[in-house]
Amino acid sequence: MKNNLLSIKTIVAIGIGAAVFVILGRFAVIPTGVPNTNFDTSYGFLALMAVVFGPIAGGLIGLIGHALKDAIFYGTPWWSWVLVSGIVGFLIGLVSKKINIEAGNFNVKKMILFNVVQIIVQAIGWFLIAPSLDVFIYAEPANKVYLQGMVAGGLNMVTVAVLGTLLLGIYAKSRSQSGSLIKED
Amino acid sequence: MAVEMLSYIDRQSPIHRLTGVTKLICFMIWSSIAMLTYDTRILVCLFLFSIFVFIISKVKLKEVAFVLLFILFFLMINNVAIYVFSPQEGVKIYGTSHVLFEIGGRYTITIEQLFYQMNVTLKYFTVIPAAILFIVTTNPSEFAASLNRIGVSYRISYAVALALRYIPDIQRDFRNISLSQQARGIDMSRKEKLTKRIKNAASIIVPLILSSLDKIEVISNAMELRGFGKNKKRSWYRARPFQKIDVITIILFVLILLVSFYVTLHDGNRFYNPF
Repeated sequence: MKNNLLSIKTIVAIGIGAAVFVILGRFAVIPTGVPNTNFDTSYGFLALMAVVFGPIAGGLIGLIGHALKDAIFYGTPWWSWVLVSGIVGFLIGLVSKKINIEAGNFNVKKMILFNVVQIIVQAIGWFLIAPSLDVFIYAEPANKVYLQGMVAGGLNMVTVAVLGTLLLGIYAKSRSQSGSLIKED
Repeated sequence: MAVEMLSYIDRQSPIHRLTGVTKLICFMIWSSIAMLTYDTRILVCLFLFSIFVFIISKVKLKEVAFVLLFILFFLMINNVAIYVFSPQEGVKIYGTSHVLFEIGGRYTITIEQLFYQMNVTLKYFTVIPAAILFIVTTNPSEFAASLNRIGVSYRISYAVALALRYIPDIQRDFRNISLSQQARGIDMSRKEKLTKRIKNAASIIVPLILSSLDKIEVISNAMELRGFGKNKKRSWYRARPFQKIDVITIILFVLILLVSFYVTLHDGNRFYNPF
């Protein structure tokens, strides 16, 4: 199993993660009051999973979760945004080694690192890639899709900053801290 | 909370009898055509063909009406948004301007704009029946087997199968947690202020996520015990062998793909210009 890219745990994390992503993206969405713009809590969850299980799990949870959510609730996947969900999950996952959440501490330094990374990653994803793909694939007017990207991306950044950080803190606390056992003399 | 979702509808029809692999390949061909082309002639043909397929699949319109209504609503908003943001997009694309009537400034309505937006809408109409059909006529377990068959690693296919299997479970968990939190007086509805609502949502999401993480642990242990992932290949209970009709269908769709690409790219651009 060692030289295998996907351990059983990662596979299951992808499956269950995608299912939770679907449900959160459908039911735990908080409207801001402006039509069609929501705080989508599923991205907070995606960030958590990416940090805990790494880039491949993060990318595939975003990809599979978003595609399934679109398919079973809205009839057809909106491919350009599905792809970006995958990219965001993957890129956030790249810091998982550095944050090393399993060690059980999520201090201010790691918190800042996480948020800087998530903001950069989501800016690239939602402000740049998603609208450009919309223009390229669906030939929609550029100013419309860039504004949509700005709004959705901005909200997702806030969601991940608030909920993602909160979830990581809670998760870290539920792990046993490394070095918490002291050998008695 | 009883929100409807698209799921497999078991029925006897030629579409149901096709193997999952065939349907997956055809669906991918179909969406790539609909993504690429803006050629009205092709879009109309594809749309009529998908209606035809929908009829022979014996899926009743009533069964998918909730999704259709939602999509129509979304398309309407999208169309309005396109018009508000870029009322002269059509003129830009087709290079001419036939004014229908003037409404001050850049919001003048042109035939080109109407034609462009009709094409945008038609594009969705083309892909929606196919996508819905694909979802309601493919058994979820067979879908995972099909993914593996077209070359996706069986580990990832299995992850997709797990996701499909656990969506109803997680939905039930979500409902249970949400109801018990509501019984404790936590309000999720729009009566609360936005900040409070976010906090209250967290009180549902956190238990849901923690219980799901436990699930991951349990399921992966069970799979480990059964020796999942030991071999290079895996057989699927739901996989079915190809029949003659599958081969014919795939050939037909490849032909449609080639013809569409040829017609679309024949005049050097994705748009059909009648002006």
